[in-house]
Amino acid sequence: MNPHHATAAELGRGLKSRQYSSVEVARWFLDRIHETHGALNAFVTVTAERALADARRADAMIARGEGGPLTGVPVAHKDIFCTDGILTSCGSRMLANFIAPYDATVVERLTAAGMVLLGKTNMDEFAMGSSNETSHYGPVRNPWDGSKVPGGSSGGSAAAVAARLAPVATGTDTGGSIRQPAALTGLTGLKPTYGRVSRYGMVAFASSLDQAGVLAQSAEDAALVLGAMAGFDPRDSTSVDAPVPDYAAALGRPVKGLRIGIIREFFGEGLDAGTGAAVHAALDGFRAMGAELVDVSLPNLPLSVPTYYVVAPAECSSNLSRYDGVRFGHRCRDPRDLMDLYRRTRGEGFGAEVKRRIMTGTYVLSAGYYDAYYLKAQKVRSLINDDFRRAFSQVDVLMGPTTPTPAFDLGAKTGDPITMYLNDIYTIGANLAGLPAISAPCGLVDGLPVGLQIIGPHFSEERLLGAAHAWQRDTDWHRRLPPLYA
Amino acid sequence: MFSRTGAIVTLTRRDVENIAHLARLEISEAELPVYVQSLSAILAFVEQLAAAPTEGIEPMAHPLEGQVQRLREDQVTESDHRDRYQANAPAVEAGLYLVPRVIE
Amino acid sequence: MAIEWETVIGLEIHAQLATRAKIFSGASTAYGALPNVQASLVDLGYPGVLPVLNREAVRMAVRFGLAIGATIARRSVFARKNYFYPDLPKGYQISQYELPIVQDGQVGIVLEDGAEKRIGVTRAHLEEDAGKSLHEGLGNSSGIDLNRAGTPLLEIVSEPDLRSAREAIAYMKKVHTLVRYLEICDGNMQEGSFRCDANVSVRHRGRHEFGTRCEIKNLNSFRFVERAIQYEVARQIELIEGGGSVVQETRLYDPDRHETRPMRSKEEANDYRYFPDPDLLPLALDEAFIEEVRATLPELPDQKAARFTREHGLSAYDAGVLTASRELAAYYEEVAAGTGGGHKLAANWVMGELSGFLNRDGIEIGGAPVTAAALAGLLRRIHDGTISGKIAKEVFEAMWTERAEADAVIEARGLRQITDSAAIEQAIAQVMAANPAQLADYRAGKDKLFGFFVGQVMKATGGKANPAQLNELLRRMLAG
Repeated sequence: MNPHHATAAELGRGLKSRQYSSVEVARWFLDRIHETHGALNAFVTVTAERALADARRADAMIARGEGGPLTGVPVAHKDIFCTDGILTSCGSRMLANFIAPYDATVVERLTAAGMVLLGKTNMDEFAMGSSNETSHYGPVRNPWDGSKVPGGSSGGSAAAVAARLAPVATGTDTGGSIRQPAALTGLTGLKPTYGRVSRYGMVAFASSLDQAGVLAQSAEDAALVLGAMAGFDPRDSTSVDAPVPDYAAALGRPVKGLRIGIIREFFGEGLDAGTGAAVHAALDGFRAMGAELVDVSLPNLPLSVPTYYVVAPAECSSNLSRYDGVRFGHRCRDPRDLMDLYRRTRGEGFGAEVKRRIMTGTYVLSAGYYDAYYLKAQKVRSLINDDFRRAFSQVDVLMGPTTPTPAFDLGAKTGDPITMYLNDIYTIGANLAGLPAISAPCGLVDGLPVGLQIIGPHFSEERLLGAAHAWQRDTDWHRRLPPLYA
Repeated sequence: MFSRTGAIVTLTRRDVENIAHLARLEISEAELPVYVQSLSAILAFVEQLAAAPTEGIEPMAHPLEGQVQRLREDQVTESDHRDRYQANAPAVEAGLYLVPRVIE
Repeated sequence: MAIEWETVIGLEIHAQLATRAKIFSGASTAYGALPNVQASLVDLGYPGVLPVLNREAVRMAVRFGLAIGATIARRSVFARKNYFYPDLPKGYQISQYELPIVQDGQVGIVLEDGAEKRIGVTRAHLEEDAGKSLHEGLGNSSGIDLNRAGTPLLEIVSEPDLRSAREAIAYMKKVHTLVRYLEICDGNMQEGSFRCDANVSVRHRGRHEFGTRCEIKNLNSFRFVERAIQYEVARQIELIEGGGSVVQETRLYDPDRHETRPMRSKEEANDYRYFPDPDLLPLALDEAFIEEVRATLPELPDQKAARFTREHGLSAYDAGVLTASRELAAYYEEVAAGTGGGHKLAANWVMGELSGFLNRDGIEIGGAPVTAAALAGLLRRIHDGTISGKIAKEVFEAMWTERAEADAVIEARGLRQITDSAAIEQAIAQVMAANPAQLADYRAGKDKLFGFFVGQVMKATGGKANPAQLNELLRRMLAG
């Protein structure tokens, strides 16, 4: 057997038909992680014992004829999700000693679905980054080219799935942190509607933007995992109490007649020619399947990056105040007094980018600047939201590139935060408006994957997954493996 | 699109020191100029929001408009897990979290 | 000519709401537990946890708002108040800022001279309490107990309408009365369930603009509020008259030294960076919710007091005193009903003897050894002439210490009033015979000696002679 050529859905079917046991599958992935980990740095923690225990339980369920399509299938969690009794570092020195005493709802639900926990994946510190270079545990490398970044902040999850160290992984997306690394590593990455998946147990970066999702090999896998993790959670006030559709069943939806809006603002200056060509080719493919392509303009969308870099830092500056060296996490040695405890603990525990964002957020909320920055950004957020609403009155989905370029070199953008921030120019809009969006691989540019982004109205995950699945039935970009990991 | 305005330095060292203090972050002398430069660049970058026409526009604090706060019943659902929770604490004595002496 | 100073005070009262669980978590709010055993992950501000609002805390805030005739916001918003302090686990307090749940109400107070005043309540908002820092026995460290963190608070902010420490106390007592009537706060000041901060400034009388104010924290008794304000007013006047000026600052009241001093921890100007809490959605209240709460409101102290003046003929001040607590008012009403309409008599006894004994022994009305029914029984004996008011005090004392009924005490001690004219006449005759000189003087025109004879006869009868009868008979017999 070659489990690394199998999608999560295929593994689930193989387990159900007893082609292999969950313990065998888990051992196989654990061995593969062991062999390749040094090269990619995709994991912070590998939970071998836990994986085998989970697998044995799954095998017993399958033997009893119980379980669902994901029972016994391995998964890796981004290290932002709290896992009971397991290090939950969030990629930060601040939490490098933090053993969560509870499971995040996402973890709880995927465990209940019978998934097997392989480990916790590396990430940008507190999910702040677009290249996975801000992690306390060092950068993650792109399996397609070890000198390139995998994207961020869910870079460890992306690299793990791209190199098939795990069949599927969870991620979180605050400004593109699922879709951008999915695009740069050739994966299908889904950010659901805000409120679709519980944020309980997910270490907060920017609460009004954060949403958990999936990095998968295919739209089918994304549909299965979303179905298992989504749903109302009374522990999260922003969780939406709406039934969870059968996403897998919706995959067969025809594309014929789908009205696709092509976002004019996504094809201007800054878009790499190769990436643009791949996306255009994909759009032609949708037209060939019977979709109708409509040119749409979202005039305020170009303001999404500056809006985001006010709103997200503001929320993060407050969310990260709890790391004070008192109840958990890093504490400086021998504090002289209370002020020293706070300043040194936080100065030592946070990395440069996190500190930069905390300071940005502190500034934009402070007396005299609130109206000019924070309030203004919230109003522009309204304008952007209105643009999306208007667009969705004309079309069913919006399409465009996920990123302006394929994966860039490690270290290429670390010196200039704004260049780094502009990597998320196409993804941030969906976060500001709380919209679901998916990135699906649509080509290779100089041997590096690029992604097609599909954005839909609130709670239109079925439509997005259906469109991506239709595309994946016609193409094999999503089945291409990085040559080194084939 | 997505143009960057010129990176006008708008913050001083003193400004950054004040912000860092408000955020309780120790910043070394060596790091300070880096933050002065990058924070100034970020502020200059977000400055483009100023030109957006937002008169009469309601600020959007939350992506799902129209949704309202759900209320929980007044029931005690938590029990004592102090020892487990304090296993993560750097300094504890007699069930209390220890900090350098607080002067009110 | 000396300048006349005017004091301007605004109070921020923090009332802990009497919910079972905390405002944003399912941890218990019970007082007195071992440190941190009632601190859940949400209360500890653990990574990843989220707040969910307690319905009962909202209902209680609405009850208060309706009781003070305030506007109940149909939409209110929770905001984060950001500052670092060890007893504030998240580094921010969830509170309400721009859109509080209760806006623009009024509380009426009655002063001792009977003067009435309406005090404006700018707002009352929901927020979470912080934990406690303990400094004893930990060397150079402080210990943090987060059991209290997350307890719901209603912060009630008055307008700067108060003009003296006395008015401030009257207002604070009235709010204290209200929250207990409404059963939204136990009012226990020792345990910190009801506490306040005072904003105090002074200005020349007649000036329109306010002086620079100081905020005094840590006022957890009525006495402290009064003393702290008096100290602070004197300090500010002395400062200004000495050529200085008041600095706006936060000061701490030190009850041991009876003084206020600047708070070290508040020395730097705070920049709280309020913004809407993205973890909580706007709180929307519909008419049905508000009307449901309104339907459960009890008779409020002002309504009760108005009824007592209107129907019982009590003065506004007496009615105010008797309605200070729901229990006292209920006690009074039971006594009044049992005495057969002697409302003023009942009021006097409840405010006089009963309150005096309660104060003397430091007990609450619920634990009074003399029940309302028993006191009513005593007052019936005054009313029907069995005993005099004076004897009744003796009976009351015996009832209090022996937990006995009035009739039993009267019988056992033979305190029944003498109403037999012959017996009284006999006593008068004896007194007249024993005091010939005084009798002669009286008959010569020294009218004032009448009181002397009353006293002597009372002494002779052990105080039991019916006073009205005695007066009449004595006057006739002295006249000869």
